[in-house]
Amino acid sequence: MALLKVQSLKKHFPVKKAFGETAQWLKAVDGIDFSVDENKVFVLVGESGCGKSTVARLVLRLITPTSGRVLFDGKDIFGLDGDSLKAFRKSVQIVFQDPFASLNPRKTVFDTISEPLKIHRITEKKNMKDACAELLKKVGLGTDIMNRYPHEFSGGQRQRICIARALAVNPKIIVADEPLSALDVSIQAQIINLLQDLRKETKIAFLFISHDLKVVHYFSDTVAVMYLGKILEHAKTEDLFMEPLHPYTILLLSSAPKVKTEAFSVQRSAFSDKKLQTPNSERQPDIGEVPSPIHIPSGCPFHPRCPKRFEPCDKIIPELKEAKGRLISCHLWNPY
Amino acid sequence: MRLLGVIAKRFSRNRLSVIGAATVLCLITISLLAPFIAPYDPTTIDVHNVLSPPDKSHPLGTDELGRDVLSRMIWGSRVSLKVGFVAVGIAILIGIIIGAMAGFYGGKADAVLMRFVDIMLAFPTFFLILAVIAILEPSIFTIMMVIGITGWMDVARLVRAEFLTLKERDFVTAARALGANDLRLIFRHMLPNALSPVFVAATFGIAGAILTESGLSFLGLGVQPPNPSWGNILTSGKDNIEVAWWLSVYPGLAILITVLSYNLIGEGLRDALDPRLWDMEI
Repeated sequence: MALLKVQSLKKHFPVKKAFGETAQWLKAVDGIDFSVDENKVFVLVGESGCGKSTVARLVLRLITPTSGRVLFDGKDIFGLDGDSLKAFRKSVQIVFQDPFASLNPRKTVFDTISEPLKIHRITEKKNMKDACAELLKKVGLGTDIMNRYPHEFSGGQRQRICIARALAVNPKIIVADEPLSALDVSIQAQIINLLQDLRKETKIAFLFISHDLKVVHYFSDTVAVMYLGKILEHAKTEDLFMEPLHPYTILLLSSAPKVKTEAFSVQRSAFSDKKLQTPNSERQPDIGEVPSPIHIPSGCPFHPRCPKRFEPCDKIIPELKEAKGRLISCHLWNPY
Repeated sequence: MRLLGVIAKRFSRNRLSVIGAATVLCLITISLLAPFIAPYDPTTIDVHNVLSPPDKSHPLGTDELGRDVLSRMIWGSRVSLKVGFVAVGIAILIGIIIGAMAGFYGGKADAVLMRFVDIMLAFPTFFLILAVIAILEPSIFTIMMVIGITGWMDVARLVRAEFLTLKERDFVTAARALGANDLRLIFRHMLPNALSPVFVAATFGIAGAILTESGLSFLGLGVQPPNPSWGNILTSGKDNIEVAWWLSVYPGLAILITVLSYNLIGEGLRDALDPRLWDMEI
């Protein structure tokens, strides 16, 4: 059974004019469906502003949706309260993009990591030090750093502390909101290896949010490509990388800067594989910027930038339908 | 702890602030040791020595009832200190609670509380205090309460502004996702990160409270004679200004130096606590 299920989820933010009158709506998330199975990694990918972080916040019940549902273990998370909400908080954790902003600057590492243990009464006071040491070991940090403050650490170390904090409650799923994009490339590889190891050991599922498809290639099971609040392509990772179908996916894959394989030799890095070279090795011409999510283009939201647009693209909104063993929202693949 | 070290280091770089801090420390010591270092009893009347100018037996002279001005000023420093700290303590407490609620809950709570702040700010504070004290019994306790209750608005605004930005910070979101309740979020995560501007405002607030107390005592609505306070020594100074300059000059100087010192500390703290400059040095 799916651990986390998102059903036609929408989040529209009001854009206020003077005197508080709502003139427009920013459609951050505009009707998306996906599910994350136990011990699987689901990746949500897209450019900045496509609504992926809003999805993360919705799934964690940090904001309420305009419509739609999020089911965790079969229960709607927006209907939870009291003990059931606490149990949900214990099962779902988040790791943020910016490791410099996601740790309280006035708290020591010990305070930060022991807090979830205290909130959920997981560990007795006298065992707290040992429990924290255990968690720090799990994320590859020494136990001698417990009394130090966040500003004394590098980005990679901070991100490890954040992961340790998330692991403290023994969650079933971790939502990782671009956990790599603020880190150096070599550190990225280390962190993704750490997540990979954790996944093997602990059977945690991941909802991984990224703007960089290549980074998550080896880490993921399923990928959904998001654009202006909608999912355009939803496929198994292998299929998507072997043969991206949606013009936007092709654009995303081709637009990442390429590094020659031989010259790039970070150990165990997920980057040093030939498969990562874009199948379509010609770089796609990128037409323009992402339109504002306040003024979403008519028809297919991607049509103004699409190199393959044709007759119906600016008029008819394509549906997310099955084609070639995956879900895709494009008139090229689904007859309208 | 290391953070405190950095703050102390940066504070010590401002020489004027260090002088201010030293002066305030001296004043605190003097007021604590008042019973031991005051040469005379501050309320003992000596009719043979009325309005005697400063000399060896009375270094700062005597007042119109022959009381030793130095002793009265030493005891009077206790009043200033008490009023400064207690009144500002009350103001900070109210300010933090109201500011935190407005900033944390936002929306209607914020609108209502901030309009209340606006209303409070629209009153001319000194006259409000005068009116309240005219109704109540003038005493040091009433003064402290009234100054505190009319002085919390700046703190509330500062705390609210800090909370509005802190609310969006990832570490607060992370704590929320961990299941932390509102109280834990407010007191463990947000408040400790919102206190620096409050400390600065508090230091300036102490200076303001001391001035207000002196003003009230000068008008006879503060500390009641025969108990000494810098303000009511000034009153007798005003009555005898043509014959006894020392009755006006010394308490005036004391108020000036104290208020100046607190303001200098406040300025030093403002620079030392500016978080934008932290990362460079830590």
